[in-house]
Parts: sequence; C-alpha cells; structure tokens
Amino acid sequence: MKNIYLDYASTTYVDGRVLRKMIPFFSRFFGNPSSLHRAGRITKQAIDMARAGIADVIGAKKEEIIFTGSGTESDNLAIIGAARANVKFGKHIIVSKIEHKAVLEAAKKLKREGFEITYLDVDDSGLVKLAELKKCLKKDTTLVSIQYANNEIGTIQQIAEISKIIKQFRKEKQFPLLHTDACQAAGTLTLDVNKLGVDLLTFNGSKIYGPKGVGCLFIKRGINLEAQILGGSQEMGLRAGTENVPLIVGLFEALKLAEKIKDEENKRQIKLRDYFIKKVLGSIEGVNLNGHPQRRLPNNINISVRGVEGESLLLMLDKYGIFCSTGSACSSTDLTPSYVLFAIGLPTELAQGSIRLTLGRDTKKEKLDYVLKVLPRVVERLRSISSVK
Amino acid sequence: MENTCGADAWVYSEIVRDHFFNPRNLLLDESKYEADGYGAVGSPACGDMMCMWIKVDKKINKIKECKWRTFGCASAIASTSMLSIMVTENDGMDLEKALKINPEQIIDRLGGLPDRKFHCSVLGHLALSEAINDYLNKQKNVAE
Repeated sequence: MKNIYLDYASTTYVDGRVLRKMIPFFSRFFGNPSSLHRAGRITKQAIDMARAGIADVIGAKKEEIIFTGSGTESDNLAIIGAARANVKFGKHIIVSKIEHKAVLEAAKKLKREGFEITYLDVDDSGLVKLAELKKCLKKDTTLVSIQYANNEIGTIQQIAEISKIIKQFRKEKQFPLLHTDACQAAGTLTLDVNKLGVDLLTFNGSKIYGPKGVGCLFIKRGINLEAQILGGSQEMGLRAGTENVPLIVGLFEALKLAEKIKDEENKRQIKLRDYFIKKVLGSIEGVNLNGHPQRRLPNNINISVRGVEGESLLLMLDKYGIFCSTGSACSSTDLTPSYVLFAIGLPTELAQGSIRLTLGRDTKKEKLDYVLKVLPRVVERLRSISSVK
Repeated sequence: MENTCGADAWVYSEIVRDHFFNPRNLLLDESKYEADGYGAVGSPACGDMMCMWIKVDKKINKIKECKWRTFGCASAIASTSMLSIMVTENDGMDLEKALKINPEQIIDRLGGLPDRKFHCSVLGHLALSEAINDYLNKQKNVAE
C-alpha cells in the first residue's frame, strides 16, 4: 500500500523543479561568493539574484534580505538580535503564548539576561487578543513578535491589524518593532511586508517545497540587529559563514514557484480541508476541531478525539501508511502536552488526544477518503482499549 | 525506498510493537466480569489512566487472571499487556511477589523502552498494587 503523508506542516519534499535549479551549485558552480575570481562571481551572482527575487516577492529591497541556516536561526536572530542591539531603548519584549519554540526559547534566554517578557494570551480559536496587546505596550517595549500562522492549529493572526496598533502607539518613534514568524504562512499567504506592516519577517525553505537548512530574514532598512553568528562579513555582517549557495538558490526557486501556484492551490486545499473536517466530525463521535474554523491555513486539520491518546492513534495510523503528528505529551521529548492546545483552553485529556493532519501539493481526495475509512476503525479499536469512556 | 538505513525499525522494540498492536488480556466489557480485586490509577485530566481487574486463586494466593484497559500511549499499552502476562504465566504469580514487581522488570521483558517513556510503564504496576490491595482488604473484611 502507498504511504499517505499528511504532515506537510512538519516539512515538505523538495519540488523537482527546485532541485534541478539547485544541483549545478553543488559541484559545477562551487566557488566561494566572497572570491573575486570568476568562480566566485558566478555564485555571488546567483545569491544576488535570489536576494533580489525574494525581495521582489515580499515587497522589500534586496538590502533588506539576509539568508540564514533555518527558520529557527532567523527567529533567533530577529528576537535576540533586535533585543540586544536596541537595549538602550528598552528591555521589554512581547510575544504570544503560541509562538514557535524558536521564538519562545529565544525570549526565555533574554529573560535570563534581564529582559522583561510579556506573553500574550490567545482566545479559544488561537487568535491574539488585540485589546490585550494594546494594554501591554509600554514605553520601553522594543519588540513584539507574533507568528503569522500557527504550526499546530493553523490559526492565522491579524498581522496587519497588529501592525496598525503598534504604529499608532509608536508614532514617530522606531520602537516597538514588529517581527512575524511566517514559516507556516510562506507559500500560502501574502508575504508583502508593506501590506503586513512588519519590520522583521522570518521564513524558510523546508515548508515551501524547498530545501531544509536555509532560512530568510527580512530586516527593514534602518533597524539594528546584533549578529548571533560571528566571523566573516557575509550577509551584511549579520550572518557570518560562507553562503550555502545551492540552498539559497533553492529557497528562491521554491518561493517563486509557490507564489505562482498559491491561489489555485489554496482553493484546492481549502476545499479538501473542509471536506475532511465535515466528514470526520460527522462520522466519529466525540471529535472536535482545534483552532479557528475560518482563519486557518488551507492545509491544516487539527482534531481531538475523546478517550484516545494521540501517540497511540498516530502509531496505529502509521501502520496503515498514514503519517500525521500529535500534540500528545507521549510523543514530545519533554513529556508535556502541546502548550498551544493548552493556550486555547483545551483540557489535558483532549490535548492528549489530538492529531494534526496537514495537506500538501500531492494530497488528493482519494487519499483523504482512505483516511476517512481507516480513522473511525482505528479510533474504535483504541476506544475499546481505553479506560476513559 | 532506497537508503533508508532501517527506517522501518520502530521507535520501540518488536515486542512493544507486538503488544501494542495485539494487546493481551484486555477487558473490553467489565459488566459481567466478576473480579476479586479492582484498581484504577491516574485520570483523564492527568493525561493517562489505567484500570485493572484481577482474579485470585484463593487457596494458593496466586493471580489467576489479570485484565486491564488504559487511556495511554503505545508504551503504556504494551507495558500493561506485558505485565498482565508476567503475573498470570506459569500458573500465576504469588500476590506478595506481584506487589513487588517494578517497572524495570516489565521494561526488561519488553526488550527496553526509550528512557523518556519510563513513566508510561509505571501506571500498570500501580494499578496492579491497587487491585491486589483491594482483594486483600475484601478478604480481611470477609474474615472479620
């Protein structure tokens, strides 16, 4: 039987068209972009093209784009880099409770360094409460970081609204800055930094059918960051290390491709997503949808199944060739259930019984129909084993 | 697939896998089951819960049957399944001995568990202790 991969929010495969653009830069064009000879100039030009191309897609200038080693690294650089470089303007940072760990752990580190961190609540659909944000802004707030769309429940934040609130507050001043982690949104939602009104924006290759190991950070002109990786003066002195040319080329190609097909692909995935949600809620009792019913990523399905533990469910589905993920404590390395599900008010039992299915470009209706056939059987089986009725 | 370097190897041992997919001694419906002792530990609110029923050979103080149900992960299911075998094999385990079973013995029989899953194997023997104590208390009441 064929495998049905429904974990695209974890990572995507590399699109063949992207891979083909990358391949020449592994062995044929391998020069160091910092070298002045022709071998170096060729790869330098490839990076420049990728930079200009990405800038064009997101409505930025090419000097405002830097490449990093991952979405996590971009998040770290944005949070820690902005906080430390602007400490003379304040030591207060605001993040939401459902940020990716790359943001939360960076904030935790800053807290240990003496920064004050405010964690914004979200409502039961996962939306940041705008009124609360307004209340939390202070004179010494230098940075607000709110993810564009959540990786677990797919809730899409009102970034443009958040930006308006921040701009009203800061008036002519530069602070607080607004960073958004757009790793889940890239390739699906608009990354136009002018429409979004953000000062910093993170995305990466591994979620947009591009390569893993490459990230991008948009840094609005005039913003100072402290570099986190030190060495050569690559990436405007903000990210030392010889540029990973094939991955950078791949990131650009992946974004370009995603932008081209996103309207059509979004429509297709939303139809499939809503079809699946309707069917699964109708066919299995005691199932609920986590996250926002409308403001959610086109590919995100996150459900809780009463009386069933998520890791068991995941492994049973795995046996049938269906690959998904879970918010259960038993699958996490720290043995606590998903903090995102807690933040939206889910009780432990339902957080333990959550699974996430995320659709991708190769997800077809027939595959979802197969899942819809298998899932009720697996749930019934696990419920018969379960001590919770 | 090529070059997956044994990706089909599971996170868990083959024994765990077997007991997860084919758990032994499940009690799907307890309404007609006349248990000599019953124990339940954990709660849905804690994220895991275990129920256990035992039958005891009263003449020789050995466990005859050990049945269970759990709201838990693959490790919890497999370790409880294994525990239920350990206490009933070879004509049943002496109650005193069964009270002293520890998670390490169960994990050993399972061919190991990842370190972080150790706590998942704890509920089974706690529920068993409860069930045995429930039985012993009932016996005491009868004797009085």
